[in-house]
Amino acid sequence: MPLTVNGATVPLPDDPRVSLLDLLRDTLHLSGTKIGCNQGACGACTVLVDGERIVSCLALAVQYDGRAVTTIEGIADGETLHPLQAAFIEHDGFQCGYCTPGQICSAIGMAAELGRGMPSHVTGDLAATVVLDADELRERMSGNLCRCGAHNGIVAAILDVYGPAKVDQEVAA
Amino acid sequence: MTPFAFTRAAATDEALRLAAAPAARYLGGGTNLVDLMRETVERPATLVDVTALSTAIEPEDGGLRIGAGVRNAALAAHPAVRRDYPVLARALLAGASAQIRNMATVGGNLLQRTRCTYFYDVEGSRCNKRVPGAGCDARDGFNRIHAILGASQACVATHPSDMAVALAALDATVHCTTAQGTRTLPLVDLHRLPGDHPEIETVLEPGELITHVTLPALPDGTRSTYRKVRDRASYAFALVSVGAALRVEDGRIADVRLALGGVAHRPWRATQAEAALRGLPATRASFEAAAAAELAAAVPLRDNGFKIELARRTITAVLAELSGVDA
Repeated sequence: MPLTVNGATVPLPDDPRVSLLDLLRDTLHLSGTKIGCNQGACGACTVLVDGERIVSCLALAVQYDGRAVTTIEGIADGETLHPLQAAFIEHDGFQCGYCTPGQICSAIGMAAELGRGMPSHVTGDLAATVVLDADELRERMSGNLCRCGAHNGIVAAILDVYGPAKVDQEVAA
Repeated sequence: MTPFAFTRAAATDEALRLAAAPAARYLGGGTNLVDLMRETVERPATLVDVTALSTAIEPEDGGLRIGAGVRNAALAAHPAVRRDYPVLARALLAGASAQIRNMATVGGNLLQRTRCTYFYDVEGSRCNKRVPGAGCDARDGFNRIHAILGASQACVATHPSDMAVALAALDATVHCTTAQGTRTLPLVDLHRLPGDHPEIETVLEPGELITHVTLPALPDGTRSTYRKVRDRASYAFALVSVGAALRVEDGRIADVRLALGGVAHRPWRATQAEAALRGLPATRASFEAAAAAELAAAVPLRDNGFKIELARRTITAVLAELSGVDA
């Protein structure tokens, strides 16, 4: 099985030093995925691999042979935005926008983790079903930094799509 | 990044054969090694991807067998880990970010290297780990994050893993293999203290591969947890962390296993504190005395004296929490 990016088959780089991030941006010209710290600390380069979020800067592309990568360019349905993209616009979930693709890919991965029952550092009862409140969300999204400080809008946008309605109302209030 | 050859092992034998190449390194999730290679701290000639090997979590002898290729996130989410080894689930969940936990493997987590900033600073700093005999700029430098226990003149770095602290407290066993055969090590014996050779961080032989880790069952009635104190609420390395498992019977401490993170060159099993605690009443005074016993040997550097008091308080608070004593 070859490496695919947003459904398209992609040849692996000849040079094993090429990161998945560099492959996306420099070879495939998918510049939606951003390069921030390039050391795994900021989350701007977050993409989904087989539905799981990773930081593409610390991923050697050759290690991802046979995997299905989804980037920010691959989450909309044609001209219809992904619900999370629409929510980020609705809630002003960004200022400069540089961290936004990583935030959105990360939140999609986070929702899948919640669906599988993954606990977090702030989960009180490791055996209980987790409800996504603002504390859980902030902990689960701590790998994505926003230097503009748009976090309130980011939290509101993600809760709008993945949180229980009552939590959303508390945040809105 | 220095050029290297990338290889992938489909079986343990193949991994051992590929790793016999000069300057070969095993590659897990890459979350530390790729960064170190980009900084040219690490310059392997060959990488051997071992992430396809031993990815299972299985019950074994009443305990658990954890493949070295298991991702940190998968281990934290496993029902048996959450139910039977909360100290391990909580340590994993306190480490790194969700993205990195999805990438990082158990074997790679154990063999990750210190985050001492002088170790990373190839251009500007002396480091005995990078260049044996060069000197240590951390010892008299900015050393707020450095070791208070077991350090040497040559090195004051700490081991950065949370997971390894929990495994130390759980009496985990590390299973390794070479072309000559297999062996097992208590996890607490895997990592070395720095001494005169901080560049040698573990007792593993060149090319020796960690295949899996096993956990013994905890006795019924044991409670365990992990507490991590750091500069921000999430996604930061530990200043001090405590992993503990405690069993109290009739108000007395029947069994205790205690390990510290962020304080030494290896996960620090607090044997002095454990010895001081067994048989004592489970009271705050007992916990404070045990913490003081463990930390009697602590030596502060210029900037990290606060860690001694922080460790004392964190040990006490964790044991109080596990025993139900009012913190």
